[in-house]
Amino acid sequence: MTGLIDTGGQSLHDWLIDEDIKSRRQALAQRWYFGLRHLLSSPIAVLGLVIVVALVLAAAFAPLLATHNPYRQDLGRALLAPSSAHWMGTDELGRDVWSRLVYGSRTTLYITMLVTVLVAPVGFLIGALAGFIGGWLDTVLMRLTDIFLAFPSLVLALAFSAALGPGIENAVLAIALTIWPPVARLARAETLTVRNSDYVASARLQGASTLRILWRHLVPVCLPSIIVRLTLNMASVILTAAGLGFLGLGAQPPLAEWGAMAAAGRQYLIDAWWLTTFPGLAILLVSMAFNLLGDGLRDMLDPRKG
Amino acid sequence: MTAVPSTSARRTRAGFSILRRGGASIGVVVTTLLGLLVLTFVVGRMVPADPVIAIIGDQADQAAYDRVYSDLGLDQPLWRQFASYVGDVVTLDFGESNLTRNAVSTDLARVFPATVELASAALIIGTLLGVPLGVAAAVRRDSWVDHLARVVGLVGYSTPIFWLGMMVLLVFYAKLGWVPSGGRVGIYYEGLIEGPTGFLTLDAILARDWETARSALYHLMTPALILGYANTAYISRMSRSFMLEQLQQEYILTAQAKGASRQSVVWRHAFGNMRVQLLTVIALAYCGLLDGTVLIETVFGWPGLGQYLTTALFFADMNAVLGAVLLIGLISIAINLLCDIAYRMLDPRTK
Repeated sequence: MTGLIDTGGQSLHDWLIDEDIKSRRQALAQRWYFGLRHLLSSPIAVLGLVIVVALVLAAAFAPLLATHNPYRQDLGRALLAPSSAHWMGTDELGRDVWSRLVYGSRTTLYITMLVTVLVAPVGFLIGALAGFIGGWLDTVLMRLTDIFLAFPSLVLALAFSAALGPGIENAVLAIALTIWPPVARLARAETLTVRNSDYVASARLQGASTLRILWRHLVPVCLPSIIVRLTLNMASVILTAAGLGFLGLGAQPPLAEWGAMAAAGRQYLIDAWWLTTFPGLAILLVSMAFNLLGDGLRDMLDPRKG
Repeated sequence: MTAVPSTSARRTRAGFSILRRGGASIGVVVTTLLGLLVLTFVVGRMVPADPVIAIIGDQADQAAYDRVYSDLGLDQPLWRQFASYVGDVVTLDFGESNLTRNAVSTDLARVFPATVELASAALIIGTLLGVPLGVAAAVRRDSWVDHLARVVGLVGYSTPIFWLGMMVLLVFYAKLGWVPSGGRVGIYYEGLIEGPTGFLTLDAILARDWETARSALYHLMTPALILGYANTAYISRMSRSFMLEQLQQEYILTAQAKGASRQSVVWRHAFGNMRVQLLTVIALAYCGLLDGTVLIETVFGWPGLGQYLTTALFFADMNAVLGAVLLIGLISIAINLLCDIAYRMLDPRTK
């Protein structure tokens, strides 16, 4: 590790805790180091982190973890109860539930990542522009935000999915359309706190363009709170995606998606409890993990709000 | 949670006359309504299915197609289509449902009371459980009550509600036989009561039909408790943070120094000051319930707005979908508006 960073002859640990900071990079590294230490000191946040890491590993190594082909149907082995051959039983088409659950982690991760990648820059840009430029642009953008906020989010996502047609990409788009307003609000609030600060004024006097100020001076200010917001949002993204899947609007068969799996089990609820129970538990576990991690990150980035 | 104090700070900002605020808030409501209409209009236009073919089928000739096309106004410029859409909505004409062959507005009027009944029952449960839990958690910080509130909140925020509904059915209906499988009332009592309010339980009580009332209450209980739990999570979390905020204020110290009992400090002094904030949260919880009812009504076969919406979605009955979505949006805007008005009337600082 020490080879990667120039620590000026100190050991990496000494360099990270040295109070005599010599470079910008060292300051940044120290901030991350202390933040991480703070995060890891909370057992609850660590639990969340562990589950999220497990989700990522499950998605990455799905072929190794799955005991069966998640898509191969075998009607002769349909609706088998959990056993040593099928740890979580088989579904109505004879597919192995455990293997489908493992592959379903890819769908969950895909949806949450894609929503985040779409929402973070759009939400930031709308909020920061509204806050930084102000005036009529602020009024228009915030009114737009209010309109989206006025809707219950699942109903709005339902309407968009209905219009766009079923499918996982459309579900992602529909969820992204309902998630951006709180991010924009947050970015606006953070922008307003620094808009009139001296360092922004000095950057402007030096001739920095609006875009440069947004990128160099506002992004670093907004980033921590946006990261917390998005982590907490991931829990609701997962629940909304599962809800859409349950209503048949998200991922389409035969793709393994937890909400759709739970929905398919509804018909066999009484005879084959494992079809609904396990996918639902997976959703619960992952969305809880994101909630725990988000709370931990919030405590880490802002210890005042416990 | 952090957004709430800043909102109240913004709301209490001095220098505005009530009159001017009233005018501004009417402007806000009008633009929000217009935005809502644009949103549903755009969603309606985005639908991949061709509305003409939905009416005449794909066997019709070009002449028939063109005739229906212009009948539907699709040859008009977009702004004129929007204007006629707004006209339709204002006159409560949402078109005809392809599924039930009724006017969508008639259908909505029929299913709406069932949803209000369910959501209100859930809200009552959520408030009665959530407020005391949140207050107790704040007063006895880091005690077992606080931990309980935290777990209730965390699980409530993380559980897919449709799954919880199915699990309850699995255990309490299939295994134990304690609760009914779904619906609004037992099959023998179906259609006996056509009451004045449309809330079956209330109507049956008003008609002194105790058996129907019991059956209706029995059916209402399970979905209401599940929705109410999700609500408890939200309300208790917010109550806790409001109460903590109040307890850190100096007037609490003053009251304690004057010898006020703990009971009086918490409920008379602190709670009195968080009532208005709490009202806002409860109103917002009602908006959130509309989301939950869509899923829970589907699981429990509750014949309300949510089930109507999901059935319409399933059969691509777009008029019904848009009508239901618009109604839900209107309710949310109305609740937000009422909330604002209540805030202004009840919070003396805004005077």
